[in-house]
Amino acid sequence: MNRGTLLRLGGLAVLLVIAVIFPLVITNALYTQFAVDTLIFVAAVVAWNLFSGFSGYISLGHAVFFGTGAYTVGLLTTHWKVIGGTIFALLPLGGLAAAVVAVPFGLIALRVRRHTFVVITIAIFFIFQLMAFNFSFTGGNQGVSTPFFLWTAASYNNPFYYVGLILAIGAIVLAWLIRNSRFGLQLLAIRDDEDRARGLGVRAMRVKLSAFVISGFITGMVGGLWWFFIGQALPETAFDPTFDLTVALMAFLGGVGTLAGPVLGALILEPLQQWDAITFTNGFFAEIALGVVFLLVILFLPRGIVPTGKELLTRWQAVRERRGQPAPGGAAPPAGGAEVPTPKTGSVR
Amino acid sequence: MTALLRTEGVSKSFGGVQALDEAGIEVDEGSIAGLIGPNGSGKTTLFNVITGYERVDSGHVYLGGKDITNAAPDKVFAAGIGRTFQLTRVFSRLTVMENMIVAAQHHERGQGRLRNPLARAGGPATRRRAMELLEFTGIAGHAGALAETLSYGQRKLLEMSYVLMASPSIVLLDEPAGGVNPTLITTIADRIRQLNEQGTTFLIVEHNMDFVMGLCDKVTVLDYGSAVVSGPPSVVRTDPKVLDAYLGTAEDDDDIPVG
Repeated sequence: MNRGTLLRLGGLAVLLVIAVIFPLVITNALYTQFAVDTLIFVAAVVAWNLFSGFSGYISLGHAVFFGTGAYTVGLLTTHWKVIGGTIFALLPLGGLAAAVVAVPFGLIALRVRRHTFVVITIAIFFIFQLMAFNFSFTGGNQGVSTPFFLWTAASYNNPFYYVGLILAIGAIVLAWLIRNSRFGLQLLAIRDDEDRARGLGVRAMRVKLSAFVISGFITGMVGGLWWFFIGQALPETAFDPTFDLTVALMAFLGGVGTLAGPVLGALILEPLQQWDAITFTNGFFAEIALGVVFLLVILFLPRGIVPTGKELLTRWQAVRERRGQPAPGGAAPPAGGAEVPTPKTGSVR
Repeated sequence: MTALLRTEGVSKSFGGVQALDEAGIEVDEGSIAGLIGPNGSGKTTLFNVITGYERVDSGHVYLGGKDITNAAPDKVFAAGIGRTFQLTRVFSRLTVMENMIVAAQHHERGQGRLRNPLARAGGPATRRRAMELLEFTGIAGHAGALAETLSYGQRKLLEMSYVLMASPSIVLLDEPAGGVNPTLITTIADRIRQLNEQGTTFLIVEHNMDFVMGLCDKVTVLDYGSAVVSGPPSVVRTDPKVLDAYLGTAEDDDDIPVG
């Protein structure tokens, strides 16, 4: 294991420890509430990226999975009268329902590509929202409310926090596994040139659909957690078009298709939005701010923070190495110059 | 010699344009066959039809006696037909090595690596074979670089390399020398010859006549979607029908491209 890997693992361990002790140190309910919201979005964005980022199929219909998960968990909780900590055991069922929905959704939408795909996902999303409004079992525009949780008010947010953390970490680990697997490579190949990938033995439809279903499953679980946390699922909040936009924006901000980018995007945007919402009492301001951020990202960071940051770093390293070369008769000692490592970027040129 | 790849009366039209009209070609096992013809004569369409990117309207495609008409691209590839594109197609945001691994899907599936889809992409055997092929084509030094950083010629070599990952019995090359510098053209021709000696059959579409005439055992000429002439280069280059195909029935024969 080289120094870079150790450093990275150490950094991840530190982040993990911080994440675990966070609600024990910061006990202000407002901040822990922000933290739960943020974790919900971290998990959702990582799940979105696992499909859209890797395959290049930009979905603006993931709220279908979010809402399906929320409603499934909501209706089951109400129907079975589940109470206490066991409610979280229902989350996989929410994921499962979303995954089941993802199969026909994917089979229809994944036949088309690029813009057409985006439009189809939006259209299917609105169909689901309409169904939530109009079916009787969904409670119409009354939605589904959670039972009361008899948890201590002081640490009320903590169970949600830790379940959110588990979902987020689980999603990240899964994304990492996929990124380094054959399956992930097939997805990336589809992103770069789907027809070519097919011609090399990649079963494109199967691969895309699998990623779509996995992504839907996680998003469904996240939706279920959100319902427990927020207390009520309404058609317009569980099937929320701004959810789709927010998730996509977070991924774009951090860097679509990268592993760290979407996490970073969610960690930046969600607290910002929450802060926004309480600072400016006008609710619309948060949405306007979201739009402004969207424009700024497109203008200045079209590839996202992580790819742009990496690029700046390699450029900076290249400049430093060039300066590090001992100029003939220059001040730099020859021994120091000789130790300059071969530039990693050399092969990239 | 038996025909490894054979098309029989293949027709394909796009709207009113008859791209292929009863096209029949035969590629003998172990040979290097050339496919030439004026622009729009249906060469690439024929490639697309053979490799499953287009469906035939009528006719048949056989590989080693097996009917592979209208099989999907991945099935065709698995059956042993590798193919490169006229406008080179590599996975630009993947590294050169990852490009190679993508093409090893079928190969690895055969080794039972499919069981665990989350297994790390590219086993040691795959990577070793990929390195060998990259060394063979001379771009091994770029294995870790993103494919988008390669020059056009290097991309052609990469595309050729990854197609070879699956050890295809026949490789279809669409203009391997197009837009490539003369030195690299010689390299490409050398590599094709070497691979051919090792038993790989080739079918090559190319406009560079020196390249085709120097390399191929047999050349087929397509015109308006049908094979008009087929034979050794020396015969084909003097065939009046070929001259007609390229020049129309013009009187002026100053500028014969098949010369």
